[in-house]
Amino acid sequence: MIDLTTTTAFTGLPLTIGRVTLTAFDPGPVTSVAPYPGRDLSRALAPLAFPQPGAISEAAGLRLVWAGRDLAFLMGGPAPDLTGLAATTDQTDGWAWLTLAGRDAVAVLARLCPLDLRAAAFPPGRSARSLVGHMQAIVIRTGPEAFELAVFRSMAGSLLHDLTGAMRGVAARRAL
Amino acid sequence: MTRAYRFPGKGLLIDRARKVQFTFDGRVFQGFHGDTLASALLANGQRLMARSFKYHRPRGVMTAGSEEPSALVEIHEGAQQTPNVRATMQEIYEGLDARSQNRLGSLGFDLLAVNDRLSPFLGAGFYYKTFMWPRAFWEKLYEPAIRRAAGLGRLSGRADEAAYEKAFAHCDLLIIGAGPAGLMSALTAGRAGADVILATEDTQPGGRLLSDQPVIDGQPAPLWVDSVMAELRSLPNIRVMTRTTVTGRYDHGTFGALERVSLHKAPGEAPRECFWRIVARHAILASGALERPLAHPDNDRPGVMLASGVSAQFGRYGVDPGPLVIFSNNDSGLQTARTLTAQGVEIAAYVDPRPIAVTEDFPVYPEAQITGTRGRLGLRDVAVRHKGGTSVIAARTLALAGGWNPNIALACHLGARPVWEPVLQSFVMPPGSTPGLGIAGAAGGLLSTRAALIDGRDKALTALSALDLRAAVTDIPQAEDTPYAIAPFWAVDAGGRAWLDFANDVTTKDVKLAAQEGFTAVEHMKRYTTQGMAPDQGKSSNVAALAVLADATGQGIAETGLTTYRPPYGPVSIAALGAGGRGEGFAPVRRLTSDAKSRAMGAPMIEAGLWYRPSYFPRPGETGWREACDREVRLVRVKAGVADVSSLGKIDVQGADAGRFLDFVYTNTMSSLRPGKVRYGLMLREDGFVMDDGTCARLGPEHFLVTTTTSAAGLVMRHLDFVHQAFCADWDVRLLSVTEAWAQFSVAGPRSKEVLGRLGITPGLPFMGWRGLSLNGVPARLFRISFSGEEGYEIAVPTRYGAALFDALVAAAEAEEGGAYGMEALNVLRVEKGFLTHAEIHGRVTAGDVGLGRMVSDAKDCIGKAAAQRPGLVENREQLVGLMPVNQGEDLSAGAHLYNEKDPAERAFNQGYVTSVAPSPTLGCWLGLGFLKNGRARHGEVIRLDDGLRRRAVLVEVRDPVFFDPDGGRMRD
Repeated sequence: MIDLTTTTAFTGLPLTIGRVTLTAFDPGPVTSVAPYPGRDLSRALAPLAFPQPGAISEAAGLRLVWAGRDLAFLMGGPAPDLTGLAATTDQTDGWAWLTLAGRDAVAVLARLCPLDLRAAAFPPGRSARSLVGHMQAIVIRTGPEAFELAVFRSMAGSLLHDLTGAMRGVAARRAL
Repeated sequence: MTRAYRFPGKGLLIDRARKVQFTFDGRVFQGFHGDTLASALLANGQRLMARSFKYHRPRGVMTAGSEEPSALVEIHEGAQQTPNVRATMQEIYEGLDARSQNRLGSLGFDLLAVNDRLSPFLGAGFYYKTFMWPRAFWEKLYEPAIRRAAGLGRLSGRADEAAYEKAFAHCDLLIIGAGPAGLMSALTAGRAGADVILATEDTQPGGRLLSDQPVIDGQPAPLWVDSVMAELRSLPNIRVMTRTTVTGRYDHGTFGALERVSLHKAPGEAPRECFWRIVARHAILASGALERPLAHPDNDRPGVMLASGVSAQFGRYGVDPGPLVIFSNNDSGLQTARTLTAQGVEIAAYVDPRPIAVTEDFPVYPEAQITGTRGRLGLRDVAVRHKGGTSVIAARTLALAGGWNPNIALACHLGARPVWEPVLQSFVMPPGSTPGLGIAGAAGGLLSTRAALIDGRDKALTALSALDLRAAVTDIPQAEDTPYAIAPFWAVDAGGRAWLDFANDVTTKDVKLAAQEGFTAVEHMKRYTTQGMAPDQGKSSNVAALAVLADATGQGIAETGLTTYRPPYGPVSIAALGAGGRGEGFAPVRRLTSDAKSRAMGAPMIEAGLWYRPSYFPRPGETGWREACDREVRLVRVKAGVADVSSLGKIDVQGADAGRFLDFVYTNTMSSLRPGKVRYGLMLREDGFVMDDGTCARLGPEHFLVTTTTSAAGLVMRHLDFVHQAFCADWDVRLLSVTEAWAQFSVAGPRSKEVLGRLGITPGLPFMGWRGLSLNGVPARLFRISFSGEEGYEIAVPTRYGAALFDALVAAAEAEEGGAYGMEALNVLRVEKGFLTHAEIHGRVTAGDVGLGRMVSDAKDCIGKAAAQRPGLVENREQLVGLMPVNQGEDLSAGAHLYNEKDPAERAFNQGYVTSVAPSPTLGCWLGLGFLKNGRARHGEVIRLDDGLRRRAVLVEVRDPVFFDPDGGRMRD
């Protein structure tokens, strides 16, 4: 029987330009959870709770991240049995994940993403489906100067291309 | 250079300790750090900076700001060449290379100045009337010649490869302009804790306070500006954006703004410009007012400026204008004369058409007008007609002060219309006309410093109240509160040419001619004369031009109205708007997991949607795509081929109602599919035309996997989401794309089983069956489906394993004397089998047209079924047929049209068209698919394929679209 090796989504990471660093990261197993109408998932998901739009539920090393209409991504571990309660799919390999962190992280992301990134509007612990450049993306704020970004895995190269362009611009402005 | 025209001790913005060397038309000049190109040239005595648009008249600089109509130059930076740069906006840096534009010969001796001699013939409308006939000459002869003679700067002709940027910003309050009103707004809002963006197109905040430098609270205004800015910069909620022009106001509080990031520095790494999209909950327009000139004969010489321009060049850069004549119809112009004379500038005369009775430290000519000027390349003297006759007064600079236009362009961008204010002789915004946008200070018609400060505070308080923020009332500092009076005086009636629009060379005569010829509406006059259509958009000329028009037509100014303000407020380079969009930034690139291997094998890639897929895999000795393609087709028909099919859309459909849902979106029934089985399906759009086809596998009792065409994956997903949300939101069904989660490869050919066997996989599947399997712990899915007509499998693994699986499959196939095949071979294989792609399902065909009418189930309803039964969609349709050349050696071409053999190739005789062609090594000739009127009844008929584009006509036999293995035994058994 064939023994398959794995390939990472990104090459060339980590990468630091100016005051921002990109780092690829493995979110662990990622499972989409889409509850069927009218189901109560609270017991099945406990201690996690199905998140409100833009929110993240975190417990026991797992995260349940809002990812769209009636949709959340369970990250960091295997999904509980939700048969009859929610549709689940394995999204582990569907997305390429990286962190964008550093003192100019907000400035860099503001070059590519139309979200209101002010702390009051998008504080740490929030998630959004938005755009990064021309790509639809999942944007999670993990700290005042740190974000997790995910795009379709096939677009990993374009994400790097766009982010490095923005990082170079921001760094060069600093040097003016 | 004879002497420096720099006034001792003056020039707030220049640093005399830092000399900067630059060139203008190759000549070396020296200025100071902080100078603009305009101020540095003026200080060097270089008043001539440009040639005018149409008549090539010598022109200088008129202003000190973004409204500059005349002094447009080219900036050269290596290969970079930026035309039409306003000399008043370009800061100098060491090595700056500026050149004059729109000239033939030198700036001082422009051969095209002959246009000025011909001016009696070249008035408004001249081109329309003269270059009418013969018609063909316009495009080939007249237009190129005119464009060469009349125009602006040149582009380099090369792609602009410099860095540009786009960015987003959000705030509670956007304050546009940082003069007295804007600063007071920012201070009030900043203290109240609002998130504020203070944007100014200037290099630093202060606005008019840096130019006129009035006294505020007993100290020079710049000191007050410094103290305000110190406080603002200490507040974390204030963001100051300098060199940033807000260019447009759009819906929902969105503004466009252009930041000149590094244009004031020698080229480097930093972006040249950044185009901002700013979203603000509330905004305040504190954009000040723009001065307008007075029209009098020969008012366009270098040395003729606006009074505000003279005052700013003096206050900011220390440019000495004297001896200076001021021609003004209002108190602001008089005040400028007083301020300048108090500081030592030589005022040769103050000329005012009003019967004013004042005693000043300079000669005053009341009830007087300027009737002419002299000086070929720069002003030498002016003629003043006054009560005692006409005097000629020597002057180096003539300052025109025709009154102030509140700068309301941005207020009008969402459709609000200004009203005429007779006291100001200007247009202002009526109260309440701009919800969400307060208008403060001079932009609102309040022209004294103190009034602007008060209004800035009050408009901020209004905004804060709308933002639910509490604010303390800020004290207003003491400042001048001089009343403003103006006479409605626009143009001197003394014959000769008097310029209104300096940028587009429009004179009072042109406007009168427009009125005379019936273009009496202001929008018609604008287009007839081109007034206001230059890069400056008539900032200083619009109101005066319509006043002259109103006079010519006898209508009042209020009735004549103003032309429409549209974005952008100032010029925006396309490069900034398109920042990041060059090369790979144009669109995301989607790469297959096999991408690196395919490229390493030499495969040229072709785009399918955003994906890049291998076209073919050349082998040594092959000279082109055709040989490789033929080999790859044979290899699949005879041995085994491997292709990456990961880009096909995969949609996971789950839930108790999943089968019911799929029955609703597919024409055929999916609910009856048993787990472990795959079915071909067809989806219609709501209008009854085919949307997509593909396979559907039942993964479990409540679990299906739908596949789509590569480029239709998004379309189908959107469609399914729409159907779900609009028609059956309460069903137990959930949809999610899993396209990216799985890498999937086709293994096709008589030896496909052996290829899989080399990986340790025993398929054990019937045709249209699937099963899950584990590859040493890696979960995989194996489908037995075929798009080639051969025994075929598709194997899917989580994407991270895709590259390894592709490598292994290619090696296994090669060991079976097969190999990888690309899109070209894939296309030939499917054409031989009559399988469809979106070349056939192009959006205008029905299920019946493509021969799949029987797939529309009679037993149930589905999306598009009713609409597909409309009369026009069922009878006399063009139907899918196969086409084979009668003479087997002839090529076919896609896009060609079909005609009966003897009919001419004319539209009326059109019988259909060709959608796909392929050179078939299997059948030894080209094959085509196409749509032919009632084609299914015409199999065996010979018709003519006529390709007008490639000038090719081929006789073809109409066939069943399935050319090869019509009963499908090869893939089934």
